[in-house]
Order: sequence, then structure tokens, then C-alpha cells
Amino acid sequence: MRWLIAVSIILVLLLSVIPLPFVWQQWRPEFMALLVIYWATYSPDYFGVFMAWVSGILLDVVELLPLGYHSLGLIIIAYLANLAYQRIRSYALWQQAVWVFILVGIYQLLCNWVSGLMNKPIETNEFLIAAVFTAFLWPLWVMTFRMIRIRFRIP
Amino acid sequence: MARYTGYLAPLRNHIDTFSTPFYWVANIPQQVTDWFDRNIVSRQSLIEENQRLVKESLIQRAELQRMDALASENSRLRALMNSSELLKDKVLIAELIGISPDPKVHKVIVNKGRKDGVYVGQAVLDAFGLMGQVVVATYHTAEVLFITDDSHAIPVQINRNNVRTVIEGIGDLYQLRLRYVPSTMDIVEGDVLVSSGLGGRFPAGYPVATVDSVNHDPGKSFASVYARPTAQLNRSRHVLLVFSDNDINTDIVESDIVGSEQ
Repeated sequence: MRWLIAVSIILVLLLSVIPLPFVWQQWRPEFMALLVIYWATYSPDYFGVFMAWVSGILLDVVELLPLGYHSLGLIIIAYLANLAYQRIRSYALWQQAVWVFILVGIYQLLCNWVSGLMNKPIETNEFLIAAVFTAFLWPLWVMTFRMIRIRFRIP
Repeated sequence: MARYTGYLAPLRNHIDTFSTPFYWVANIPQQVTDWFDRNIVSRQSLIEENQRLVKESLIQRAELQRMDALASENSRLRALMNSSELLKDKVLIAELIGISPDPKVHKVIVNKGRKDGVYVGQAVLDAFGLMGQVVVATYHTAEVLFITDDSHAIPVQINRNNVRTVIEGIGDLYQLRLRYVPSTMDIVEGDVLVSSGLGGRFPAGYPVATVDSVNHDPGKSFASVYARPTAQLNRSRHVLLVFSDNDINTDIVESDIVGSEQ
């Protein structure tokens, strides 16, 4: 379990820095938010607010941003996902995707708030595109990890 | 925290080394396609390219001879003016291995670091003009902040009439803004702005931008002037890191002052 979490964090860090043209960058799905929501919903015993904070700091280091930029948003969505995991897990995947969309929206709101503190221009509607892409990725992500966990007998 | 205090800066330099392998791995597909581009080429196109390059090199050598004559004439004139000779800047060629994943931050990562002598504040150019400066230098890599980032400003002068001004990024890759341009200033569309070397950070005389639009609004105290960077910020894969000798510039400025007093 722990190694799977570590490997998925490393893979997500890699996905977050895959070079894209400047104009496409705002459409990059928020992979780290997806990961945090997944682990906090499906393995709340192993992945809580602290792990969300650690992965946020790692993302800040890799993305060359001030430390804590992503952590703030990630700990809040990890907390929300941890609160609601029993109910969310009983929903269908597409219904879960709506929940993911809302959480990623909150996460991006907080990231944009930090950007605002740094006097960066704030994108208006574009960040919602990334949230929609992330929500579309959710069923794919859950199914992939379900397969991996069955294959390697991880509870 | 890292933004408002300097306490974490040394720590930051070390932990940024952690990000290097991710950018290397993320750059592998690009390097593979580059390798294929270089190695799988038809003989015909190689011959054509070779001929084109020979022609280009001939033309450029001819131009270089003229440049040599001009440079020596220039240094003679400077000697006459009692100022020291302008030395050629030393450059180091680096390759871009990553771009900042955040669209609001115009930063790239290049594959030369402290081990190659790169230092914080070093100017970065491409073949067309000034790109930016090094803001973090780790052991193997360096982070370069572009002139278009909205936290960046650079002192420039208009090439046509040497008027000094400051140009700043607005977070748009194709536009820069000139700050505090009085309505009476002599600036028109198409003016080339070159770095002025004031502030000692950038070497003087490199092209930075060309003026795109000049708009005098009578209701405002300053004209709104926008310029387009001459460097190809989202296309250049190879950049030049300049080792400039700041003492030379200050020498010239001082002797100019002495000359004007006489």
C-alpha cells in the first residue's frame, strides 16, 4: 500500500511537469488533486491531511513555486474527502466525478487566492476547464487503480 | 514565507535539486524525437542543408570581416574618448529542459548549473534578443525568469535616440509594457529597445523588444506603450548564458562623466 502511494506520487509529479506549450498549460488536469482525493476517499487510514501536505510540498518544489502554494488547497480537499468518504464510495463513478469537480474547484480557488496574494493575474473562467478535465479523468483513474490493487492483492 | 523573507533561500537552493530528475525524465520524449530528427534524414536533404549552410557561412564570414573592421574602429574611437575598450562578452550555450508548469509563471529550466559557473542574476539570450535572467542556480540546472513574467522589469533605451526607460512584463508571452512614459517622450511604433546596462544586471546593447503600439490618452499623465519581445520566448530550445564584466560598463560611464566635465 505504502509503496503504491509513493509510486503514484512520483508518477503524478512527473505528469505535472511534462512540457506543454504555454497556451495549453491552463488545461492541464490537476493530477495531484486527483491523487489526493482518490487516496483520501479509498484509503483514508493511510492517506490523510498530513500526506496531502507532504505531497503538496513536493509538488511546490517540483513546480518551482513558493513552498505551501499547493499544500493549502490539498490539505483542505483531503480533509473534505476524508469527512465524506463513506457516503462518496457508495455512489456511482460519474456521481463521484461531480464531487471531484467540486473539490478540484475549491482547490483551484485556494491556489488562485495564493496567486492573488503574490500579485499574479488571476484567470477568470479558464481554471474551470482544468477542473472539468480532472473530473473526466476520475472514472479512468479509479478503474486503473482498482485493477492494480486486484492484481497486486492490495486491500 | 519564501517570498517575504530570505531565511529559506539556502534551503530552497538545495531542495530544488530534487526537481531536476523530474524535468530530465519529462524531457526524454523530446530528446528521442530530436535524436530521430537528427539521425533519420535522407541523403538528399543532408546535401541540400549542407549547401545552404556553406552559402550562409560564406555570407556571414563576409559580414564578420566588416564587423571586425567596425569593432576595431569602434575601440579606436573609444580609446580616443579616453574610455576602456568594450570587451566581447563570454557566452555559454545551454539547452532548455523544462518549462514552469504554472501558466502564470514564465520560467524555464536549462541544463547548465553552478558546476558550469552559472550564477544568480546572469543574463540569458537567444539568437534574437534578451530572454531573461537566472533566478535560481542549482548544481546541475538553473531556473530562468523570462522578461515577460509579471514580476520582471528591465532598464532599456530606445536604439534610435538613446532615451532611457523601463520595460516590464505583464504575464503575456508576446507583450511587454513600458512604464511611466511621459506623453512628450519621442517614441514611435517600430522603435527597437535595447538593454541599457543600467543597474548592472544585464549587459548593455542587446535587443529586448520592438514597440508595438503607442497610445497617448490626454486624460492620463502617461502614455500607454506596448512592445513585443524580439527573443523567441516559446520557440528557442538553445539559449546563451552571458558572462558579463560589469566593471567595464561602470568604467565607461565614469569616463563619460569626466569627459563632459572637461
